[in-house]
Amino acid sequence: MNSKRPVNLDLTTIKFPLPALTSIAHRITGVILFVGLIFGFWALDASLSSPEGFEAVRDTLANNVLAKLIAWGLLSALGFHFVAGIKHLLMDAGIGVDLEGGHRKAQITVVISAILVVLAGVWVW
Amino acid sequence: MVTNITNLGRSGLSDWLIQRVSAIILAVYAVFMVLYLLFHPGLDYATWSGLFSQTWMRIFSLLAFISIAAHAWVGLWTVSTDYLKQAGARFAFQAVVMLAIFVFLVWGVQVLWGA
Repeated sequence: MNSKRPVNLDLTTIKFPLPALTSIAHRITGVILFVGLIFGFWALDASLSSPEGFEAVRDTLANNVLAKLIAWGLLSALGFHFVAGIKHLLMDAGIGVDLEGGHRKAQITVVISAILVVLAGVWVW
Repeated sequence: MVTNITNLGRSGLSDWLIQRVSAIILAVYAVFMVLYLLFHPGLDYATWSGLFSQTWMRIFSLLAFISIAAHAWVGLWTVSTDYLKQAGARFAFQAVVMLAIFVFLVWGVQVLWGA
């Protein structure tokens, strides 16, 4: 190996390209959703157990700020994971699999999921 | 070719297919649930439990829960093999994930048919 090759180990000058960021975000939201299953199954279980359980879930989602934040966070994670997943399926279909297309798809993923995050917030509140 | 013994699919290609089929099922289920809740703003217990007492909804839900199990396993297996380099820690993580998936699956079946 040529020792005179330039080496760039200054981390402040290294930037992830957008497709790399959406890729890692897809993984992070996936892990979040897995942990969030606890809340999802709890809500489903309680809401179907009895009329009182249903009211308890409804009341919690309507009045508990922490529950609203969790619901918003999980819906946001779901929205991003969903959109990034569609992007994956497009890549599998061979659509836009080049440098420009990859960047474009990552941009579209960020824009659509940002809209979904806002809509999820509006829905929860 | 993936020959890792913790890989349930036994091949990367099989994992790839499982991940996509389960993703499509989960996408359809997620869209259905969101639309259902959006179109029933004043949802009450009778309507909600009525939906889940239908056989098709129980089948649809169980299909989604099984898809969650498969999807989460392939996804978290991939993440753990990428980031957890120490074999013991990785195996411990995968064991916890497997246990959690099993609990969620049994819990889901109980919610659908129990009570």
